[in-house]
Amino acid sequence: MSDAAAAPTAVRPIWADLVGQEPTVTTLSQAVADPAAMTHAWLFTGPPGSGRSTAARAFAAALLCPEQGCGQCRECRTALEGTHADVEVVATEGLSIKVDDVRDLVQLAAMRPSVGRWRIIIIEDADRLSAYSEAPANALLKALEEPVPRTVWMLCAPSVEDVMITIRSRSRHVRLRTPSVEAVAGLLERRDGVEPAMARYAARAAQSHIGMARRLARDEDARIRRHDTITRAARIRDVGDAIDAAADWHKIATEESGASAAERNASELRRLLETLGADPAARTQPPHVRSQINQLEKEQKSRATRLARDMIDRALVDLFSVYRDALVLRSRGRSPLINEDSRAVVEQVAQSLSDERLLLAMESIGTARERIAHNAAPLLALEAMALDLRLPR
Amino acid sequence: MSGVPPLVLIAGPEQVLADRALAQTVAALREGTPDLEVIRLQAGAYAPGQLAIEASPSLFGGEKVIVLADLDEATDEAQLDTLDYLAAPQPDVTLIGIHRGGQKAKKVLDTFKKSGARVIDAPAIKSDRDKVDFAMNEFRAGRRKATREAVQALVDAVGSDVSELASACQQLIADTQGTIDESVVARYHGGKVEATGFKVADAALAGRTSDALALLRHAVAVGVDPVPIVANLAAQVRQLIRVGAAGRGGRSADLARELGMAPWQVDKARRTLGGWDGESLGRVHRALAAADFEIKGGNREGGGRDPHFVLERTLLRVCGEHANNR
Ligand SMILES: [Zn+2]
Repeated sequence: MSDAAAAPTAVRPIWADLVGQEPTVTTLSQAVADPAAMTHAWLFTGPPGSGRSTAARAFAAALLCPEQGCGQCRECRTALEGTHADVEVVATEGLSIKVDDVRDLVQLAAMRPSVGRWRIIIIEDADRLSAYSEAPANALLKALEEPVPRTVWMLCAPSVEDVMITIRSRSRHVRLRTPSVEAVAGLLERRDGVEPAMARYAARAAQSHIGMARRLARDEDARIRRHDTITRAARIRDVGDAIDAAADWHKIATEESGASAAERNASELRRLLETLGADPAARTQPPHVRSQINQLEKEQKSRATRLARDMIDRALVDLFSVYRDALVLRSRGRSPLINEDSRAVVEQVAQSLSDERLLLAMESIGTARERIAHNAAPLLALEAMALDLRLPR
Repeated sequence: MSGVPPLVLIAGPEQVLADRALAQTVAALREGTPDLEVIRLQAGAYAPGQLAIEASPSLFGGEKVIVLADLDEATDEAQLDTLDYLAAPQPDVTLIGIHRGGQKAKKVLDTFKKSGARVIDAPAIKSDRDKVDFAMNEFRAGRRKATREAVQALVDAVGSDVSELASACQQLIADTQGTIDESVVARYHGGKVEATGFKVADAALAGRTSDALALLRHAVAVGVDPVPIVANLAAQVRQLIRVGAAGRGGRSADLARELGMAPWQVDKARRTLGGWDGESLGRVHRALAAADFEIKGGNREGGGRDPHFVLERTLLRVCGEHANNR
């Protein structure tokens, strides 16, 4: 694999938002520039928030742009947005991708690109291809086994283990790494105009998860919710407290998912009204518009389930960082605290729990994450975890 | 004559009651007019002028009933048209408005009432007491006697969904004879998920090991889904922990309000708590979380255990914790 030192002299502008991923940028730029380095199926892996989807979209833009990714032209912009006629972005709304949907994609893949040089299909959650059965993944496999000349598949997943081995073996693997706090903070400053201090706090608290960092930097409610999640940990003494804390975490995460859904739901509604040519300012809509709105609302509701689960997972990552920080404090290690802004909480936890108990707490949080990811009842999983987080009186 | 006035308003959030009021009203109208025409309009997805068009006399005459549903989501046009209609109702037309509550189309509601509409309430059936009263009424209307215990058992078994409760009442009225007592309810709903879940949980939390295991075997034999059995146990343990944490003082009604529980649930939890302390409930709760995960297919590395085995082991664990606390 090539490394950062071998990077081409001029990095095209389209890669600017892919911070801290120099080796990946090199690999992808070469594939764009050199037909011999191009292949028909790519697998992007990396931790959540590292920019898997951003990388795939930028790659698509670079492939379609006449200047290999100028970042300005229509091709670049629409490819990034996922609205380009030859770019199909599949973002799972449910908990799994259905086999029928994959068959539709395979049909689409067989068609020549309509305007550009490539037809590109990006599957953002390829790990959900085999969530409940292997049928959807097998349907995709057929297409990968018989490549179509101008079609490129881009699959995104947290790790290669999340994708069926037969799919892995037929695609070229690109591994994204967790960007540094500095790289993420820099991106927030440059792209989103965030103040330096806030950018650093957000990048560190989000543990370099770019989307989360952006949210923390721009949304005070998200900062408050994160702070509430963390401080709650220091107030668990007995069994009753644990049950109450779990209920609070469940509530905080659900509120958060409601808040972030509200934003997206509203913009989807605006877009739908635009498409239908309806007046968004009208107090009431004609019947045919209303029925489309109802359909959209139904889809948004089914998405809420998955979102709530993701938000709980995010809260558990935040919670985990408290015990990790406490271990750092106890070991007098020099690595910076993730929760520098909540140092009092970390100190209290570090003073109350032994190293063994801290490790047990971290293990229990990991167990809860795994259970919730596998469809366990979220509240019950949180309660069982909270019982292991009790501080001695 | 049907005795139904030309304007009827069904107001309130409870779908079951609203559906029933509508069905009864239409049936009463049909008694006198077998070829009655029934037209359904949605006030929330309303095309202006629809009401006037449907209400205008048809070529062949005949009576009709217009059901104007979703008044609580009525568009402005629907509201204006309805007000126009109420000012000058058509002969041979019965208009039935349905409003689930809230502030929208309040003026339409008031005008219905002022115009002499028959108002049928469909109040929410939420608390346990509401449900018991509802079921009692069902049996009374069916001219059947039911014991209080039987009704409570029925509510425990199927009460989470009011429409299911209503159909369970109708089934008992149709299929049984004589007084409806607990044994009748058990015969018809003993195999129901919720009833089984409750019973298994009750037996396990009371430390009745052999009862709990026998009930579980029965549940498995009749194909009850194991997931809600664990969910039910967890819900009860959660209540025990919360009631236990609140201490023994205080009226159950006050505590019930504070914890969002029904008073009888608080009383029951207080009785059950005799065999428990916080630590052992905590251990049981953790075991339940592990069981929930295993039953749903987690822990595959652990050998992909059969759900029945997982449940049985968990119940033994619960009963064992109870025994240690006596
Ligand atoms: Zn371009």
